[in-house]
This record gives sequence, C-alpha cells and structure tokens, in this order.
Amino acid sequence: MTRTSPARIVLYVISALVLVYLILPVLIIAPISFSSARFLTFPPPSFSLRWYQQYFANPAWMQATRVTLTVAFFTVLIATPCGVAAAYAISQSKLRIMRMFHMALLLPLVVPIIITAVGIFFVYAKVGLVATMPGLVLANVMLGLPYVVISVLAGLQSFDPAQEMVARSLGMNRLRSFFAVTLPQIKSSVVAGGIFAFISAMDETIVALFISGGQYQPLTKRMFTALRDEIDPTIAAISTLMTAASFMLVLLASTRGKRSG
Amino acid sequence: MTITVPDSSQKHQRREHALMLALVSPALLVILALIVLPVGWLAWQSIYHDGFTLENYRRVFTEDIYWRSFALTFEISLAVTVIALLLGYPVAYLANAVPKGWSILILSLVVLPFWTSVLVRAYAWLALLQRTGVINQFLRYLDVISEPLALVHNTFGTVVATVHILLPFMVLPLYATMQKIPGDLMQAGASLGASPSLTFFRVFLPLSLPGVLAGCTMVFVLCLGFYITPELLGGGRTVMVSMLVSRNVELYNQFGAASAVAVVLLLSVLLIFFAVSRFISLDRVLGQK
Repeated sequence: MTRTSPARIVLYVISALVLVYLILPVLIIAPISFSSARFLTFPPPSFSLRWYQQYFANPAWMQATRVTLTVAFFTVLIATPCGVAAAYAISQSKLRIMRMFHMALLLPLVVPIIITAVGIFFVYAKVGLVATMPGLVLANVMLGLPYVVISVLAGLQSFDPAQEMVARSLGMNRLRSFFAVTLPQIKSSVVAGGIFAFISAMDETIVALFISGGQYQPLTKRMFTALRDEIDPTIAAISTLMTAASFMLVLLASTRGKRSG
Repeated sequence: MTITVPDSSQKHQRREHALMLALVSPALLVILALIVLPVGWLAWQSIYHDGFTLENYRRVFTEDIYWRSFALTFEISLAVTVIALLLGYPVAYLANAVPKGWSILILSLVVLPFWTSVLVRAYAWLALLQRTGVINQFLRYLDVISEPLALVHNTFGTVVATVHILLPFMVLPLYATMQKIPGDLMQAGASLGASPSLTFFRVFLPLSLPGVLAGCTMVFVLCLGFYITPELLGGGRTVMVSMLVSRNVELYNQFGAASAVAVVLLLSVLLIFFAVSRFISLDRVLGQK
C-alpha cells in the first residue's frame, strides 16, 4: 500500500503546494506588521513596532475596537441563552413544527450575506436603527445564532433526557433540573457556541458596511474602507491581533469540546 | 425508558408544548425580524413602487450591465468551483490515505484559514499579489521577471483569493465522503489485477462523487454571493452580482433595482440547493450500498 509510486509523489507535491497556498496568507501578515518599512520589501527590513503604535495611538481605531468588542460581548450575551433555549426545545419537543423552526434558525447560513445586509439596511432605515449600537448587536445576534444552535444541538445529542426526568420525579422543578442536571453536561458545547458567536461578530463585515456609521463603526468597517483607499501596514498590525485572538478563542473552544468527550 | 412522569395527562402535554414553543420563540423572533422580514421586504420592494411593477425585473433581464454581471458571476463561480475541486481533491485524498496523525495535521492546515477573518485574508492577498507585493518582489529578486506582473485588481486576483477562502468548504465534505469508502474495495480491485489508477478511476472516484457534488454546491453557492474579495481585489472591473446590489444601494439609490437583483440571486441559490438536494440523497443511497 505504501509503495512510493510516481503517482504518489505527484499527489504529495500537489497536496503540499495546496497546503502552502492555504496557510501562506495567514503567515504573511505577521511579518508585515512587524516590519519597519511602509511598503513591503524583500528581503524584509528591520523589526519595528511602529504599526502597533500607530494603531494604539489612533483614537479612531481605538473607538472602532471598543465598538467591535462591545458588539461581540452583547452578541454572545444575547445569542447564547436564546440559542441554548431554542436548541433544547428542538431536541426535546415532539412537536412536528420544531423541524421547520430548526431549519429557520439555520437560514443565516443559507441566505447570501449581501442580501441579508441590504434587507436589514432597508428595515433599519424605516425604524431608525441605522448607525446605532442596538442595531449592530441585533444583526450580529441573528448571524451568531446558528453557531450556538448547531453546537448545543450536537452537545444535547449525547445527553440522555431521562436524567432530567429523574431529577424532576425527585421533586426538582423544570428550571432547576435543567440547571442542575442538563446544563453541566452540555456546558462545553454551550461555551464553544458562544465563542463561535463571538468570533462571528468580531469578523462580521458586510452587514456592518451597510448599517453602521458615525461613532458606531466596528473595526472591520474601518479596515474595509481603509483597504479600498490604500495599503496601510497599520491594518497588518490589526489583522495580526485579530487573527491571534481568533486562534486563541478557537483553541479554547476545541479544548473545551474535548473535555466533555 | 420506564420512568413515569408525575403527570402525563393531556393538560400536562399541552403545557409541555407551550413551554417548548416559549423556549424557541426568542431565537425565532430574532430570525423572523432580522432575516425573514428583511428578505420579504426586498421581495416586496422589487415589485412595488407606487403600485405593482415588473420594471425592475425587466431591467435586470434586459439591461446589459445586469446581464453581464450575472453572466460574469456565474462564470467566476464556475471557475472557482472547478479550481477548488482540482486543488481540494488531492488534499482530501491524501488526508484520507495517510495515518491518523498526519490526516489531523492536514485537516488542521485546511481549517486554520477558516478562522481568520475574510477581510484579513483579502488584505493578505493584496500584500502578496500587488505590484510591489511579496510575489512580484520575490520573482524580481530571482530575476525571473523584469516588470511586475498584474496579479491583482483584476479577475485573476479575485479568483485566487476566493478559491483560498472557499477551499475548506470543498475539502471537508470530500474528506467526509472518502472516509466512508471501505478500504477493502480498493484491495479487492487490486487483487483482481487492476492497476492502482484503474481501481482509482473505476472504484474510488465514482464512490467519492457525492462528496464532490456536496463540495461543489457549497463552493458555487457561496461564491455567487461573494462580496469582500471581488470588491477589494477585483479593481472595480470585476463587478459581481453582490457588488451590483451594493452599488445600487450606496451609490445610485436604486433600491428597487437592488432588490430585484437580490431576489434573482437568492432564487438562483435556493434553486441550486433544491436541485442538488435531490441528487445528493440519491447518490447517498447508492454510496451506502
């Protein structure tokens, strides 16, 4: 089976090239962000933190960072309980309509995001939610819900509902038995779902392009506008920080997931 | 399951149903208000403006700009899908063929870019592909070229970055399908005297087709609605449908036209999902035999 035929070697080479293609862009940003040059030069010139200084010293970037973190925080705060409640109902209820509701909750993943964005913009324009914090949070709650629902449903699949019934037959009410028996067992998938909702809110760009404005513009919108105009290495510094944050969160989510087995 | 619930009367069951509906309703409300209503609004706006009108659709289907943009979007999506399949298939195949530790490494490398923001990756491709970018400088350093190549702000750059972003959506379903192909089928083919390439083309490839279809559908559909990469890497010349929508809203205030374009795009996506869902289930039945 493991003979190294010419076909195998071709397979190895192609796969290696594709993998390089996949990770090269992720790896290229950090060196740019630590370079002293305004334009990229090869081989890279000296090490410098000036783009990080520019980022942290710029009030507009700092304001945008605050907006992003606030939006992501409230998104998790709202999307996680809503998603957990919905996933619980979908997995426990025998109502037939729940299957339809399940599909509906996955809609944000199916509808092209540009369509969602324009639609939300029109609705927000009517009700005065354009360029507001609540508007931004609500849109991100909607976009984050599928991640929570998918993650928690997967967690509930290995959970035996009979355990909760035992707790209730012993006199606990529904709410207490959920918090005492069910939640501890699905905790890791709840945390993972929340983390994915956070990352989704942090990275969200297209909806923000349409509905955010004024002082409530998240990082991604400012980055997008800056990228349209010119290549500013400050964006490399921000991108490096965002990527590092994402990876740390994903790592956290996956170790959490493993602990539950 | 012989645990008796304290009260299993009809009244209890009604209360149970009510509770479940109450639990699902906050999430459902968010979905209704922020995706069903907005999309419905778009559909309404596309046919109603001081009375019913099909003017917007007439424009989408007859005017050159719209027509060309739809054609270009489908062409690019098709090209991206084919390239992603050609690049993704060997990787999925290798991940399936090597020992567990290696396949975990390969799959992690595939999924790693997945968790970087699309915007960050668009920036990275700009840095790599622009005239003063890494690749042009490297090639000039090696004296391969004397003039920088135009690698970005055109369709080429858009396709390179889009394939990069969508490749995981191709590799993962391919790998999942290949995992289900029993290894002894290949051995059986070999023991009957078939060459490795013959067993691959006659046994393995046909059995992996459901994964091919699933991956291609995902990539194609996602590409149809792509916005960030064509906007940032297309250089204004590659006007995909998503850009048509955003320009009609942001630059021209043509809300009716934007809505009609969005509706046509959404219907194309739903139609593709619907058409493919019939085939994949059919293929899955065949694959499980």
